[in-house]
Amino acid sequence: MNAVPLLTVDNVSVEFAARGGAPLGLGKRVLRAVNGVTLEVRPGEALGLVGESGSGKSTLGRAILGLEPTTGGMVTFDGLRVGEGRSADIARLRRETAMVFQDPYGSLNPKMTAAEAIAEVLQVHRKVSPADIPARVAELLTTVGLRPELGGRRPSSLSGGQCQRVGVARALAVDPRLIIADECVAALDVSIQGQIINLFMDLRERMDLALIFIAHDLAIVRRLCDRIAVMYLGQIVEEGPTEAVFNDPRHPYTQALIRAIPEIDPDLPLPADPLSGDPPSPLSLPTGCTFHPRCVHATAPCRTDPPPAARISPGRRWTCILAPGAAAPGISLPSQPEKELTR
Amino acid sequence: MTAPVLSVAGLSVTTTAGQRIVEDLSLDLGAGEILGLVGESGSGKTVACRAIMQLLPAAAMRVTGGRVSLKGRDLTGLTEAGMQKVRGGEIGMIFQNPTAHLDPVMRIGAQIAEAVRLHEGLSRRDARLRAIEALRQVGIPDPARRVDAFPHEFSGGMRQRAMIAVALACNPQVLIADEPTTALDVTVQAQILRLLLELRDKRGLSIILITHDLGVVAQTCDSIAVLYGGRLCERGPKRTLLAYPVHAYTAGLIRCQPSTLGGSGRLDTISGQPPTLGAMPDGCRFHPRCSRATPVCQSLQPAIAGFGPAHVAACHNPAQVEVAA
Repeated sequence: MNAVPLLTVDNVSVEFAARGGAPLGLGKRVLRAVNGVTLEVRPGEALGLVGESGSGKSTLGRAILGLEPTTGGMVTFDGLRVGEGRSADIARLRRETAMVFQDPYGSLNPKMTAAEAIAEVLQVHRKVSPADIPARVAELLTTVGLRPELGGRRPSSLSGGQCQRVGVARALAVDPRLIIADECVAALDVSIQGQIINLFMDLRERMDLALIFIAHDLAIVRRLCDRIAVMYLGQIVEEGPTEAVFNDPRHPYTQALIRAIPEIDPDLPLPADPLSGDPPSPLSLPTGCTFHPRCVHATAPCRTDPPPAARISPGRRWTCILAPGAAAPGISLPSQPEKELTR
Repeated sequence: MTAPVLSVAGLSVTTTAGQRIVEDLSLDLGAGEILGLVGESGSGKTVACRAIMQLLPAAAMRVTGGRVSLKGRDLTGLTEAGMQKVRGGEIGMIFQNPTAHLDPVMRIGAQIAEAVRLHEGLSRRDARLRAIEALRQVGIPDPARRVDAFPHEFSGGMRQRAMIAVALACNPQVLIADEPTTALDVTVQAQILRLLLELRDKRGLSIILITHDLGVVAQTCDSIAVLYGGRLCERGPKRTLLAYPVHAYTAGLIRCQPSTLGGSGRLDTISGQPPTLGAMPDGCRFHPRCSRATPVCQSLQPAIAGFGPAHVAACHNPAQVEVAA
């Protein structure tokens, strides 16, 4: 794999001024949506960014593309410093990256046909000469698995899955090197989700496309992504190769998240002791390790000491003071039944 | 099996434009049973349950056939006043989005008390005590204080618990839960599913759980009914149906769910998309997407046939089922 990262996220924070607090701006409250995140994505690599709602994964995705101003740290895309880029740099960023959104209908203009929506991207970025636009639109529609004659339809006469394919075609129109897909299958029916995931797999094989796949569905991430980063309250608590993280999660939150997913096999029941409580408000982050109020392993240092520094082993990183493997008495996965699996 | 608590026989719902949203649906729910009602968007699962509760938007659609009976009593002929006693009193209902179904300017306790005062005529004081008890039963910490909170002071998971408390305050025998965990995070979903199982075990509650997630069904339900295009495809005990699905649609749904336990390569998919109301295919409604379809599927609607104990399906080309010993 290419050793030079395409994207570097170095200690990036995104903060919002929150409403409320004391009058006259006294005691102004700050919401830390993203809190010192460091990441790298190599060319052609798929990174899964997972976490519960409010963990900051969407905000991070937007900050990477310069759609959200950062309040600290630096995002570098292929040598281009995103936060301080001149307009020419930003234009290059827009030509080489793209985003696919969750709501397939909401992210398309209802008055434009699918073909017009794709052609608009080609016109804005002057990717092809005006005469060649119709042919390129048809090619893009075919690439995402839509018959070119569907290009004449507006979103209202397309299904959710078809609209999402149009969204992917718009993203591909700029020949991007990086696509950020934000929960792009969450709104789709189960039978359609697989079609879009397979489309991303096809695209990755055919083009040298890096992908940041933001999702709360870990099963999909396991199938699609090379590496996974787990976010909790604006921080990355664990990151590593997908298989390594699933087989041997080092952070108790990662473990709880994996175990909470209902498997279709009735012989692999949900834990009797699911992770309790909800994530705390990012307006008032807990002291110490931000996960300690929900962590069954929390000890005194977890509550009071500064948040643990990232621990590193080759290719992996996690922020927990527990020893690897020793992390979890009582959190071991249920042993596989001896009997032959029924499917 | 003992007599079902809730029995639905031949239920049909038709829109004012004459389109049948739910067609000839029959279901039985036993005492203490959790029945998973599974289907994609537009499969009619929510409409069927609203029809059971007689909560259909009258301007858009109405029940055009079938019977719903609760412990042998026919609900179909009840007046609106009679039905109001059933709703909340004998059948509770919870929804996907608790924020939209709780009154934002009314304290949580008052919303629970309203139900018990209406149905059981309790005094204010007793209703408040009942509200505190109901919150305790759904696992809300410090219920004596939380009873005076407003919905916005609760987190998403707590609001879902509060809605369950409202639905169960009058001790109904049946709970209809419409995608109760779809809007929640997975860790909170696990808490709510565990709560539903506990309520079933402690109170013998019967539950219809509407969901699109077969994982949720596998973890909580006793039996499963699969709907497609408003019709029943397959119904049976959970383990039988998941291990030996008869209908091609059920088999496809099971195959296309990725597992957190591994697997690699392309996901199995069902080609095409679910049918829409104005354009329901003739014959078996699944045939345009079905890999097993034969000419008969295009013209003739398959009849529901038995495939083992309590296991039925409507398919012209059923999978060869090994008869369970």
